[in-house]
Amino acid sequence: MALGAWAQRVDETLTRFGRRPEYLLQMLIALQEHENWLPPEALTTLAAALDLPRARVEGVVGFYSFLHAEPVGQYRLLFSDNIIDRMCGSEALMARLCHSLWLAPGQVSEDGLVSVDVTSCTGLGDQGPAMLVNGRAIAALNEDRIDIICELIRQKLALDAWPVELFQFEKNIHQRDALLSCTALPGDALRAAIAVGRDAWLSQMQASRLRGRGGAGFTTAVKWLACRNAPATEKIVVCNADEGEPGTFKDRVLLDAHADLVFEGMTLAAWAVGARRGFLYLRGEYLNLRPALEATLARRRAEGWLGASIGGVAGFDFDIEIHLGAGAYVCGEETALLESLEGKRGTPRIRPPFPVTHGYLGLPTVVNNVETLAKCCLIALHGGAAFAATGTAQSAGTKLLSVSGDCARPGIYEFPFGVTVRQVLDACGASDTLAVQVGGAAGITLAPYEFGRRVAFEDVPTAGAFMVFNDTRDMFEVAHNFVRFFAHESCGFCTPCRVGTSLLAGTLDKLAEGKGSPADLLEIEDLDRLLKQASHCGLGSAAPNPVIDGLQKFRPAYERHLMHADFSPAFDLDGALRRARQITGRDDAGAHLPQQPEASR
Amino acid sequence: MSRSTFLLDGQSVPFDDGQMILEAARAAGRYIPHLCWHPDFPPHGSCKLCVVKVAGRHVSACATPARAGAEVESDTPEINTERRTLLQMLFVEGNHFCPACEKSGDCQLQAMAYDLEMTTPRFRHFFPDRPVDASHPEVLLDFNRCIYCELCVRASREQDGKAVFALTGRGINKKLAVNAESGRLADTDFAADDKAARICPVGVILKKRVGFAVPIGERTYDRAPLHEVALPKPEGDT
Repeated sequence: MALGAWAQRVDETLTRFGRRPEYLLQMLIALQEHENWLPPEALTTLAAALDLPRARVEGVVGFYSFLHAEPVGQYRLLFSDNIIDRMCGSEALMARLCHSLWLAPGQVSEDGLVSVDVTSCTGLGDQGPAMLVNGRAIAALNEDRIDIICELIRQKLALDAWPVELFQFEKNIHQRDALLSCTALPGDALRAAIAVGRDAWLSQMQASRLRGRGGAGFTTAVKWLACRNAPATEKIVVCNADEGEPGTFKDRVLLDAHADLVFEGMTLAAWAVGARRGFLYLRGEYLNLRPALEATLARRRAEGWLGASIGGVAGFDFDIEIHLGAGAYVCGEETALLESLEGKRGTPRIRPPFPVTHGYLGLPTVVNNVETLAKCCLIALHGGAAFAATGTAQSAGTKLLSVSGDCARPGIYEFPFGVTVRQVLDACGASDTLAVQVGGAAGITLAPYEFGRRVAFEDVPTAGAFMVFNDTRDMFEVAHNFVRFFAHESCGFCTPCRVGTSLLAGTLDKLAEGKGSPADLLEIEDLDRLLKQASHCGLGSAAPNPVIDGLQKFRPAYERHLMHADFSPAFDLDGALRRARQITGRDDAGAHLPQQPEASR
Repeated sequence: MSRSTFLLDGQSVPFDDGQMILEAARAAGRYIPHLCWHPDFPPHGSCKLCVVKVAGRHVSACATPARAGAEVESDTPEINTERRTLLQMLFVEGNHFCPACEKSGDCQLQAMAYDLEMTTPRFRHFFPDRPVDASHPEVLLDFNRCIYCELCVRASREQDGKAVFALTGRGINKKLAVNAESGRLADTDFAADDKAARICPVGVILKKRVGFAVPIGERTYDRAPLHEVALPKPEGDT
């Protein structure tokens, strides 16, 4: 490449993003499009241009899975590795693709054309298995599609020239309630909220008892009020569309089918708190949605529902920009998300202070989930009391559930809060169900005796994932998959989560290899306790959930993996010779060592 | 006006409004273990060794404001067991060979392991591959011992005004990086008399050619245990 080519590219990128260091992550994502990775020269040039330490830029690149400081394939294929994708056959399809293209997972082909690896859940559990090709998602993979993809890669066809139907998703909406059957036109909800005035609009929100749909369930009006009352002239509204919880995809469908409701909800929040700037933080996995979302924003600007004097109200100025994530589950935690929005590594902040007083760039900030914001439109249209009339005592309104796994009709189901697990199972056509994972990997594993429990903050809370497992599934494997997910996604900031998730994953690996002992189960319980109690943020404290529930409710699935010994060493003597065998090309009996005496002896 | 107090392991500790539990305890001559906390910097909260129990919840003493009347448990079997496990985690994730380490006796990680009576590493060792950087004429970087307290990152940025260090990677693959395209310390503006050169609580940042000037047996934590050394010297001894 010509010398100084990066200087020009960096300059173009800086111009596009206004030379502001808080756009560092967005700049890196844009720069990477040139060569699919970020060579050292690119980072040095960008750091110098932004007057940032180079190491800080390198640190940001190193944090995000979708940014690469090392060369990757011209076509980078990432298979979604959630347990649901695996149940749909993702492993066999990845093996087929690797075989067809002559390469191994984790490697770049010798001609630099292609690399294959796995990635965390891509949010297409209802139409898996799924993969990302250079960040763009392809769902409904099967052998035919894999063969087509291999051929397109061999032909070196540019991604834009690939058949468009490959990149299309289904919406799979099977059950509609108040939100999904909402037929309001853009601006209807805003018109209503503007008509009653800011204070009355906030009162409506209070009356609605709406709680956050992202999982934590904080009362939305309390957040808004605290932000409005925070002493600062500039305020920020952020929509958290970093839907990374494995098995969750309802925000994808909302952004796909009801983007206007989401953007209108953000504008309603801005009206309440007095914000002028809004951000949609869109997870990198949902890149396919971006063009349509940008078009919706442009249309809303043209219609006067974004920009200056919204709805004709002088001083009601608000606009929204889309920021992309880059493959980091932890950025769904609101303070990590804010760090990421500021162009930094997504490390969760120490709280307090909370974002409502010290958020984006230290400004009072409201961070709400996609579904929460969409629901605000219903409140503006029909009033807070009407909204509070459905659901349960502590959980007003409806909930979108992302149903996937062993059922006839995976997809989106909207039910009033209080719906029982069994009702959902019946609706989606599940039978012989062994367990349901509600709330994603961080959620709760429910056994059949609990299927009468209710989806609600006061019983089984959920951000929306509802993964169904029938009686042919091994619940140990499910937990194993989730724990590896957490180890991969730990930000590494605090000791318990950084080391503990890896230790936990390693212990489950040992069990999976059939080398576990009862002592390992005690170790697991000890690690679980420490992770829960000492972690810096919710990722670490939720990481042991699937194992805690699994050991309590599906213990035989774990005990099947134990040897009949009190203790077995973690160090694998025979495994240590693997590399030597590989080098010498030997695999005969003499090249192996017995790890354990035979149990029968 | 009398100051508010909280109870630390049953004993009263006074505090100023906004003061963190760890700071207040320290000012009162009470030690709470810590590795990433340093009096010159705002709380960081990553090592979690300062974990204490307040109203049934486990929190970082360095980052939790003291509250009047709160009952804080610190030096209890439950909390010390938790701390020991955290230490064991720090020991197995890096490569710590105390007998061969130049920092032995001056190392806070080692001293704390003695203090909390950690006798085994317990977990399997990760044996990460972390090459040393000996490029700088005066200072050696041995990343094998890094515990990610970020004190060098903070000192270089805030006290030296240089930003020589930063963290990169994520999770268990996190690592310390230096501010040069080559990745070599020699190509940064780092100097041996930087504040960052002296702040490492373990043995990552080492001055060359002075390794054993103080013999083992006469070093900081050979003479007094960490829980004594770590407390501030009483001002104006009377």
